Amino acid sequence: MEKFITLTHTAVPLEMENIDTDQIIPARFLKATDKAGFGDNLFRDWRYDQEENLKKNFPLNQEKYQGEILVAGDNFGCGSSREHAAWAIKAYGFKVVVSSYFADIFKGNSLNNGLLPVQVSPNFLMETFKAIEEKPTTKIKIDLENQVIKLIDKNLEEKFEIDTYKKMCLINGFDDIDFLVNKLDKIKTFEKHQTL
Amino acid sequence: MKKTLFDKIWDSHVVESIPNGPDILYIDKHLIHEVTSPQAFQELKERKITVFRPDKTIATADHNTPTENQHLPVKDLLSRKQLQELTQNCKENNISLYGLGHPFNGIVHVMAPELGITQPGMTVVCGDSHTSTHGAFGTISFGIGTSQVAQVFASQSLLVEKPKKLRVNVNGKLKNGVTPKDVILFIISELGTNSGTGYFCEYAGNVFEKMSMEGRMTVCNMSIEMGARGGLIAPDETTYNYLKGREFAPKGEKFEQLQTYWESLKTDEDAKFDQEYYFDAEEIEPMITYGTNPGMGIKITATIPVNKNKSTEKALDYMGFSPGESLINKPINYIFIGSCTNSRIEDFRIAAHYIKGKQKATNVNALIVPGSQQVAAQIKAEGLHIIFEEAGFQLRQPGCSACLAMNDDKIPAGEYCVSTSNRNFEGRQGQGSRTILASPLTAAATAIAGKIVDFTKHLN
Ligand code: SF4
Repeated sequence: MEKFITLTHTAVPLEMENIDTDQIIPARFLKATDKAGFGDNLFRDWRYDQEENLKKNFPLNQEKYQGEILVAGDNFGCGSSREHAAWAIKAYGFKVVVSSYFADIFKGNSLNNGLLPVQVSPNFLMETFKAIEEKPTTKIKIDLENQVIKLIDKNLEEKFEIDTYKKMCLINGFDDIDFLVNKLDKIKTFEKHQTL
Repeated sequence: MKKTLFDKIWDSHVVESIPNGPDILYIDKHLIHEVTSPQAFQELKERKITVFRPDKTIATADHNTPTENQHLPVKDLLSRKQLQELTQNCKENNISLYGLGHPFNGIVHVMAPELGITQPGMTVVCGDSHTSTHGAFGTISFGIGTSQVAQVFASQSLLVEKPKKLRVNVNGKLKNGVTPKDVILFIISELGTNSGTGYFCEYAGNVFEKMSMEGRMTVCNMSIEMGARGGLIAPDETTYNYLKGREFAPKGEKFEQLQTYWESLKTDEDAKFDQEYYFDAEEIEPMITYGTNPGMGIKITATIPVNKNKSTEKALDYMGFSPGESLINKPINYIFIGSCTNSRIEDFRIAAHYIKGKQKATNVNALIVPGSQQVAAQIKAEGLHIIFEEAGFQLRQPGCSACLAMNDDKIPAGEYCVSTSNRNFEGRQGQGSRTILASPLTAAATAIAGKIVDFTKHLN
């Protein structure tokens, strides 16, 4: 897994709540048997109409919004457990998603793919949307080491939470399989005492 | 210390707690299917490791399968490839696969419980969010992503933080025409789609105690729709009676021994929950949804709430509804009875009972899709297929079908579908389709009337 330490970049705003993984990557694109190529189909039905024309109003299609940070409304990533959602966001080029709430499974999937979910307060989220609306080239800094997100031009910052273990994994580019495989002896001992 | 049902199961499965980090949780049953497993098998290959406990892994094909002519090669090439890859991966790794056409085949959350694979006190995971269904047996069951599927393959364990605990209590007597689906749609409409994020939810109270296993599965299934990782209900006589004699359930003395253990799993009196809610059964009526998330539900006779924000406006716009509008008499051209929420025998009995002797309205396309081969066989054994066919309903072969539109069973753009599935997200049943979630009884009544009706008036 790729390491993540800090990132300073512009952002794309998606000011909608409850964005579910069916929107992030519709089911008809889940027939693939490898991880490649999902970026093109990210938010497919919001980006393109039925005739495959770009929908001009959708933020990802607006030239003024560019960047490696996706800022989205409350309860992002709810619904299906498909990890394809995290792969699609990552493959499109985002490295961070900012929201005031993430659905559990999505959050786990993102972290397992080196995509950092940054949960901020509803107020900070509002300020972020405002900042981007006022100035689409506004820069946001994410400092994982110190767990701080900062709207650089506004000099506004907030601490964010992240599991200590997951933080260590991201900073070192380390993953759960490596960790668990190292614990197989312990797991075998545990199995000996199992009743079920 | 007083413990909840959830604590008891969790604590007995912790291999090790990482200081300031997650627990290593041992997994008793790992269910897999064709859509979320190929990349996990790939990961194993790349790392040159094999499946650690293939005997605890069970596979089915369900999401991407046709519901007609299952004996023929699958037409869609990508789907066929995905199914072939599942077969190949299972073979290489010694995993039991109940693939297309096998008498045990079915939607993963229908076939595993009915075969007795799911048993109280277990931890069960699957690369599918509705794994919460299995909680109906008093298990810790939750959906996982593909990276985690690979982790379970590699170690039969997962690194997970212990969630918080929530309890939803519903007591009283349910009104005529109110089914388990209405109970869960009601709870989600009251609490909202992210009320459960970070929690595991126990359902308690006499409404759930009296419910059948099928009903309990419907309720636990939708726990994820309020954001909870899982839901669970304490095992009791209903659970034991359901399990006894099932294919993979323990037999004889072993069953008795385990039952004594299962009985000890109940939440202790005075055990603490992080959050608790109470509802009266009498408050609940048949429910339908009007928006694009399962929390946007109302009583079938109520009007759409007038509540302005960007997200609800977008949802109503997509659905073609307006604030303050009633959905009664809205013409409906599609109904779907199926999905892991409502495709068990009881669901079809309820629908058939209502439909018997009636005809579906001519404008309606009515699709009936059993959750498994066993349910399909039971439908035949009880003669329900005759009722459906005579009434003009199409009975298909088992699978996820129109629940997620990965195969040919899609609802056309712009059309409304009263569906017994669990998600009314934009495009969930096909690009541009508009889903109205409801119970099998409501779906049946809609098909007969050709529009949404307050059928409770006609129930005896
Ligand atoms: S029936 Fe629908 S919700 Fe259930 S497993 Fe299949 S696709 Fe998922």
